[in-house]
Amino acid sequence: MTTAKTKPESDVVVEVRGLTVRYGSNTVLKHVDMTVHQGEIRVILGGSGSGKTTLFKGILGLTDVAAGHVAILGQKTQNLPEKQRDRLMQRIGVLFQNGALFGSLTVGENVALPLREHRRLPEGAIAELVRMKLAQVDLGHAENLYPSELSGGMRKRAGLARALALDPEILFCDEPSAGLDPLTSADLDRLILTLRDRLKMTVVIVTHELASIKAVADSLLMIGGGKVIAEGPMAKVRAQGIAAVDEFFARKARTVARQDTSVAELFGLKPAKGGA
Amino acid sequence: MTLTESPQSTAHARALVLAGVLDARGAPELAKRVRKRLPPKKSKLVLDLSAVTAIDSAGTATLVDVWRLGHARGFAVELAGVQPDVLKSLQEFRVTVTVPPPAALPGFFESLGATAWGAVNAVGGFLVLAADTTVGAVQSLFTPGRMRWAAYFRESSVMGSQALGIVGLITFLIGLTLAFQSAYQLRQFGAAIYVASLTAISMVREMGPLITAILVAGRSGSSITSEVATMKVGEEIDAMQVMGIPFVDYVAVPKMLAMVTMMPLLTIIADLLGILGGWIVGMVYLDIAPKPYLQKTIDALVTKDLVTGLFKSFVFAWGIALIGLYHGIGVRGGAQEVGKATTASVVSAIFFIIVADSIFSIIFYVVMA
Ligand SMILES: Nc1ncnc2c1ncn2[C@@H]1O[C@H](COP(=O)(O)OP(=O)(O)OP(=O)(O)O)[C@@H](O)[C@H]1O
Ligand SMILES: [Mg+2]
Repeated sequence: MTTAKTKPESDVVVEVRGLTVRYGSNTVLKHVDMTVHQGEIRVILGGSGSGKTTLFKGILGLTDVAAGHVAILGQKTQNLPEKQRDRLMQRIGVLFQNGALFGSLTVGENVALPLREHRRLPEGAIAELVRMKLAQVDLGHAENLYPSELSGGMRKRAGLARALALDPEILFCDEPSAGLDPLTSADLDRLILTLRDRLKMTVVIVTHELASIKAVADSLLMIGGGKVIAEGPMAKVRAQGIAAVDEFFARKARTVARQDTSVAELFGLKPAKGGA
Repeated sequence: MTLTESPQSTAHARALVLAGVLDARGAPELAKRVRKRLPPKKSKLVLDLSAVTAIDSAGTATLVDVWRLGHARGFAVELAGVQPDVLKSLQEFRVTVTVPPPAALPGFFESLGATAWGAVNAVGGFLVLAADTTVGAVQSLFTPGRMRWAAYFRESSVMGSQALGIVGLITFLIGLTLAFQSAYQLRQFGAAIYVASLTAISMVREMGPLITAILVAGRSGSSITSEVATMKVGEEIDAMQVMGIPFVDYVAVPKMLAMVTMMPLLTIIADLLGILGGWIVGMVYLDIAPKPYLQKTIDALVTKDLVTGLFKSFVFAWGIALIGLYHGIGVRGGAQEVGKATTASVVSAIFFIIVADSIFSIIFYVVMA
C-alpha cells in the first residue's frame, strides 16, 4: 500500500465547473460547481424544478451546455473523441428515472445488452452474469418478462441491474426511490451501501427521499433556483445552519419561500381562534 | 344562495348581503352583479357574509376575482360577518397576489431572427441525421457483421409482407377505376384497346409508386415516428447514449434499410395489381380478348417507365424513413407529444412524396425526354 497520496487531486472522480444550462431564455443552471470524491455517496437534492435532473443530464453530456465543463474520472467529457467517450462511458453506470429499459427486449436481454456490446464473453457466461445481476436486485424471477409487464419499482430495479452490468466505477441514479414503498426503498439503499463498501463504487444520486438521504448520503449538494446552495460532507453542511438546508431536514418542506397568501389574509381577516 | 343590496348602501360604500351556500352555482350571480354596476374609484364594496353558511373553492375564487377587479379599478373590497366555517375555508385556499408581469413580447426582428435560426437548426439537424443514417446504411451493407439482421428482418416483415394486402387491394381498385374512366372516353373513338396502354403507363409511371408511398407513409412512417418518440420520451435514447450503443446502428439503419428494400417490391406488386384491375375491366366491360389486351400492355411499357418508377419508390422510401426518424428523435416533453410528432411526420412525408414526384416527372419526362 502507498503511504501517502501522490496527488491530492487524484481521488476526484466527478468534477463540474461553472456549468450553465439554458432552455431558450430560461437559465436553469447558473455556474454550478461540484466535486465528487472516490468512494463517496453524493446526494444531489433540491426542490421540484430546481434543476437536479438538468444537472444530472449535464454531467452525462445528454443536454446542451451553454458554459462550463465536466470531467469524469479525470477526462473532460466535452469534445471527447467518440472512441474515448465510449470507453469512458463503459466505466459508469446510469439508472434513469423510470428505468429507461428497451421495450423490445426482455429484462434479461436488457441487462445482457451492454455485456454483448462491450465485452467478448461466451454466451454461457453472459447468461450467468445476467442472472447474478438480476439476483442482486431481487429480480431473478423476472428475467423473461418484458418491461411493459413490470411494475414501476421492478422497472427501476431492472434498470439498476443493467446499470451495474459492466461493474461501473461510478453509478449515477436519478430518483431511485421515488415511487417505491418504504421497504423496497430501504432495500435499494442497502444495496447502494453494499456497492460502495464492497466494490468501492462512487455513487451520485438525485433524490428527495429524506429517509434515503439520511441512510446513505456521505455528502450533499443542495441546489435551489439553479444555483448551488450548499456542498460538502453531510455533517459539515448541516452544521452550517443554512436556512434552506435546515428546512429540508426539519420537515422536508419546500425550499423556496412561499409566494402565496391565504384568501383570508388577502381580505385582512384574523385567523380563527382555536376550535370552531 | 341569495344576493340582495343592503339598505345601508351609500355612494361610497356599497354593501351586498349574501345568504346561503356560496358555491359554483351561486358565485356567477355575485360576479355578474358587481360587474354590472362597478363601484366608483376610491369607494368601498362590502360583502356581508354573515348569512353565508358554507363556501367552496369556486365561491372563494369568485371572491378573489372581485378583489382583483377592485385592485385594478381602485375600489376596496371588504368581507363582513364571516362565519367560522367560512373563515376556515378562506384560510385553506391560497392565492398568489403579485402575478409576475408577462415577459416582454420579442420585437419583430427578434422573433424573425429566432424563427430563422430555428429553421436553420432544424434543417441542420435533419441533414446530420440524413448523412449519418445513409452512410451507416451503406456501410452496414459492406460490413454485414455490423448489421443487426434480426431487427432488419423484423422491420421488413412489418413494412413489407404485412403491407401487401392493403397495398394490393388499393392499387387493384385504382387500376379498375382508371380503366373504367378512360374506357368511357376512348370507346367514343373506337379506341377501347388503348385502355390497356393507358392503364399500364399510368400505373407503372405514377400511380403504383405514388399510392404505395402514401400508404407506406401512413402505415410505417408513422410507426417509425411513434416508436422512436416513445423511446425518446422514456429516456431510452439517453440510455443508449450513455451505454455507448449507437442509435443510428441499432435503430435507424435497420428501419431505413427495411424501408428502401421493401418499398420497390411493394411497388412492383402494386403495378401488377393495377394492371390486373384494368385487364378485368377490359375483358368484362369492353369485351377485349385477354391476349390482345396483354400484348397492348407490354407494347406500351418501356424499360424507362419501370426503372424510373422503381427509382422514385426508392427515393420516397428513403425520405419517409428519414422524416419518420427525424420527427421521432425531435420529441421534447411527455407522452402527449408522441401523437403530435406522429401526425406531423405523416403530413411532412406525404408532402415530400408529392413534391418529389412532381420534380421527378419534370426531370424524367421533360428534361430527359
Ligand atoms: N426540455 C426542457 N425544456 C425547457 N425547459 C425545461 C426542460 N427540462 C427542464 N426544464 C426546466 O428546467 C427547470 C429545472 O428542471 P429539472 O427537470 O432539472 O428539475 P428537477 O430539479 O429535476 O425537478 P423534479 O424534482 O421535479 O424532478 C424547470 O424549471 C423546467 O421547467
Ligand atoms: Mg427531476
